[in-house]
Amino acid sequence: MADRITLQVARYRPEEESSVTYQEYEVPCPKDWVVLDGLNFVKDQLDGTLSYRWSCRMGICGSCGMTVNGEPKLTCATFLADYAPGPVRVEPLRNFPVIRDLVVEIGDFVRKLTRVKPWVIRAEEKPLSEGEYRQTPQEMDEYKQFSMCINCMLCYAACPIYGLDPKFIGPAAIALAQRYNLDTRDQGAPERLEILSEHEGGWGCTFVGECSVVCPKDVDPAGAIQRYKLSAALESLKAFVMPRGSR
Amino acid sequence: MAKRPIEPLLWMLFSAGGVVAALLIPVLGLLFGLAFPLGWLSPPGHEHLLGMLRHPVTRVAAFVFCVLSLFHGAHRFRYTLYDGLQVKHLDELINLLCYGGAIAGSVWAGYLLWWVP
Amino acid sequence: MSERLPPAYTEYHPRWLRPRMSTYWWLHRRSYLTFVLRELSSVFVAWFVVYVLLLVRAVSRGEASYQQFLAWSRSPLVLLLNLVGLLFVVFHAVTWFNLAPQAMVVRVLGRRVPGRWITASNYLAWALVSALTAWLLLGG
Repeated sequence: MADRITLQVARYRPEEESSVTYQEYEVPCPKDWVVLDGLNFVKDQLDGTLSYRWSCRMGICGSCGMTVNGEPKLTCATFLADYAPGPVRVEPLRNFPVIRDLVVEIGDFVRKLTRVKPWVIRAEEKPLSEGEYRQTPQEMDEYKQFSMCINCMLCYAACPIYGLDPKFIGPAAIALAQRYNLDTRDQGAPERLEILSEHEGGWGCTFVGECSVVCPKDVDPAGAIQRYKLSAALESLKAFVMPRGSR
Repeated sequence: MAKRPIEPLLWMLFSAGGVVAALLIPVLGLLFGLAFPLGWLSPPGHEHLLGMLRHPVTRVAAFVFCVLSLFHGAHRFRYTLYDGLQVKHLDELINLLCYGGAIAGSVWAGYLLWWVP
Repeated sequence: MSERLPPAYTEYHPRWLRPRMSTYWWLHRRSYLTFVLRELSSVFVAWFVVYVLLLVRAVSRGEASYQQFLAWSRSPLVLLLNLVGLLFVVFHAVTWFNLAPQAMVVRVLGRRVPGRWITASNYLAWALVSALTAWLLLGG
């Protein structure tokens, strides 16, 4: 097994060029090194001009998402040894504009996330004297899986619908909306319905399922979206059969 | 409140149609598309089929099957075209062709099943 | 090697690169290809509805018409169409039943039913409906 591996890294320097070039770097390949270790080696020892994002290096911050050999991956969770003898192609995360090298513009996702109001919405807040909101373990189980999202956007990179139509609100945003809709403390489902019922909201999803395949936290956004569609459909049936006045 | 209230309804038709199509079309397609023409099994007699079709339960079930399957196909095909072409002004044309086709097919199904002699 | 491009950008807003999605995006990954094939099954679902309605019409018009339909169903083009269509529709059914547990959470007596059971019951329903339909059609 080789102890060095070649990284083919996508470079984009807007002040010098208008397209992507690839630069090769040979990095060590100990068996416990991940792609991020390789990139840090490049930055520290070989080429300090390389730009990329990373933070916790343990799969919880969601910063280091990139395209590795065509697949959206967290570079802190992808072992170099798995790609031996290489080369390993490292490109920026797909479906997002590239600012520089491996850094992408994530503003679109952040704005969409804000629009779905990912916080507990109450019609009326309980006064402090009434104590805390209580929840049984079963009630927490309803939404727990969807709360595991680390906003790494690998699902957006994998979703062809988002790639084709950037107005699509996207897997993570819908899954997170569903996380709050299913939370017993939350009363904000009607407010979220406004944005989710748009054509580029929940209904834009055609259940390709790739988002759930690439999710590093097993959130299963595809499942969340289909369940959302079902609940929204049943809601609309109820609204049709029992108009608001008589409810 | 909710925008485009027709979308949930179309999705429900799509879902129901998907179930119905998945359950019924394989056996019907296998029998009438391959088994009978290729002689693996002898086709049912005309009298037997006519007798089945006359029964009101068969007529209703066949009608429901046709309508749901057609709307399933229309909905899915619409999204295939929409994601493939993704041009806003063609969106209305695509909807018209797909759902219009499904409605036309449903009307034809209703007509044929109503007028079984 | 590189001359500085005229600044169509500012120091704080560099020229972003927005790669276009290829027209053949669906060929780039196996999962995308299977997705598109699954979606195209919709065409054959519609075809089989038409085929069944043609059969209904033939039966309604009498014995001779029915025999004519059976003869037509033996022609090579129709056989091929039905063979291809059947493959697509079976693909639709299999993918549909396999995805069902992901799309819905079923609770019995407060416990969540494992996904495997939902898939299995779907396949069982498929087998039962198919058997019943065949039995009814073959003169049972």
